[in-house]
Amino acid sequence: MSADDLQLFGSALAETALMVGASSLLSLLLGLPLGLLLVITAPGGISARPAFNRGLGSLINALRSTPFIILLVALIPFTRWVVGTTIGTVAAIVPLTIAATPYFARVAEMSLREVDPGLIESLRALGATRWQIVREALVPEALPGLVSGFTVTIVTLIGSSAMAGAVGAGGLGDLAIRYGYQRFETGIMVGVIVVLIVIVSIIQVAGDFIARRLNRRV
Amino acid sequence: MQDIVRLDAVRRTFGAVAALDGVDLTVNRGETFGIIGRSGAGKSTLIRSINALEKVDAGRVIVNGQELGSLDESGLNRVRANIGMIFQHFNLLSMKTVFENVELPLKLAGRPRELRSKAVWRMLDLVGLRDKATVYPAKLSGGQKQRVGIARALVSGPSLLLSDEATSALDPETTLSILHLLKDLKASLGVTIVLITHEMSVIREVCDHVAVLDQGRIIEQGEVWQIFGHPRTELTRRLLRTVRPLLPQTLQAQLHSEPLGAKRLLLRLSSAELEREPLLLTRLTNAHWDGRVVHAEIDSVQGHSFGTLTLSLRYRGDQTLAALRAELQPPLDDLEVLGYVGG
Repeated sequence: MSADDLQLFGSALAETALMVGASSLLSLLLGLPLGLLLVITAPGGISARPAFNRGLGSLINALRSTPFIILLVALIPFTRWVVGTTIGTVAAIVPLTIAATPYFARVAEMSLREVDPGLIESLRALGATRWQIVREALVPEALPGLVSGFTVTIVTLIGSSAMAGAVGAGGLGDLAIRYGYQRFETGIMVGVIVVLIVIVSIIQVAGDFIARRLNRRV
Repeated sequence: MQDIVRLDAVRRTFGAVAALDGVDLTVNRGETFGIIGRSGAGKSTLIRSINALEKVDAGRVIVNGQELGSLDESGLNRVRANIGMIFQHFNLLSMKTVFENVELPLKLAGRPRELRSKAVWRMLDLVGLRDKATVYPAKLSGGQKQRVGIARALVSGPSLLLSDEATSALDPETTLSILHLLKDLKASLGVTIVLITHEMSVIREVCDHVAVLDQGRIIEQGEVWQIFGHPRTELTRRLLRTVRPLLPQTLQAQLHSEPLGAKRLLLRLSSAELEREPLLLTRLTNAHWDGRVVHAEIDSVQGHSFGTLTLSLRYRGDQTLAALRAELQPPLDDLEVLGYVGG
């Protein structure tokens, strides 16, 4: 592999890291509150609002059922409004976040729903407010699951970011398509695949490790 | 104010089922009040209505002079903060250490850190878990978990402790140690305890008063020794059998329900005052009756002793029972023919 190729890999890796890093953080910040809302407003939740819950659930389902490549294009006007441009790495962060947020919200909802209802009840019996129940019981008890869910979200985002080349965002996926596929540079193609496998493995192992360290149930 | 909890005609229905069907109840300050019943009797709903974890459909629940129905959520939270509760499955936060679990009620109440720490150590000493402060609940045994639960429930100095089947997940020995701990804490902290259980042994061990709940109604209530000595309902008698053994199997097998050709009858005498009847045995073991003791038990609850005595007596025809009653003066509370035996 030539120095030029290494240069290409370096900048593609940086673009992927920026896209995935920024959009996963944003989807964590937006998705966790949504997941919490889904759980506490569900029937039988600590702040049951069935109609609101159904509405929110439908919105999340709608976003989740749109394939990312379509979302990428469909969100162009919104992206322009948010970041002022529709092409480039930064522009890709917007649709990536919009796609990953409902995904993480559902994953977080699953972890939060697993929290033993007896714990919620014991906090209610202590006179805890809803916010205190969320802060002291719901989120801490679900933490290992939330970490695992966030890990899966990051890995999914790495996959989605490969399509971001369609709006000129670059990244590893774009490198593989343009050089590896369109220019028949098999070395680059194989290189991208190997790099992706390594990155995903590192993230998964790290996520599993953190989740296991956090778990006090064993 | 004598009563700390009062329920007036409390009703709670789930769909067509009435979990509580007009319950009246008064718990006096400083006592241990037990509510016993089979599963599905409404015990859980009843105890949860006392701290408004369960809303009632009709009737009034009054705790420390406050009617819960008149309070909004923040008012209810203030009432709840002054009521401790322990649970069958302990309900400890698995991601917090023993210390942090016990500290939680104080943290929720916004007490300053130095005060919290002092109160937590004191509670951990009282329940004997000082050395487990930094351990997570998963590393504790069931009995230790319940001790943490008790420490958490009492750390903020509540006037009332609710116990929801707190010993039902524990083995008999651990159950006993937890019950003794509750007794000790009641004495040293002066807290009133309301507990629900399906085990008569729990009632017997710690309670002053007991109410028997069946299908959402209280069918019997009184001081524990009275209920043990004079159970008035069939359900209570059946619940009592768990602490009071029945006739041995071998004897049971020989029993006939009809006197046809029988030579002897088996008679069970129950009395709250058996020990005050020193001549009873002498009278029945004379040649006339030829009484033989086949099974006997004298029990003591709250300093009152009572018991059952099963005798095998000579059967002397239809008039046997009437003759016996005439002879037993003063009359015994309860006299029951269990059956007849041939030889």
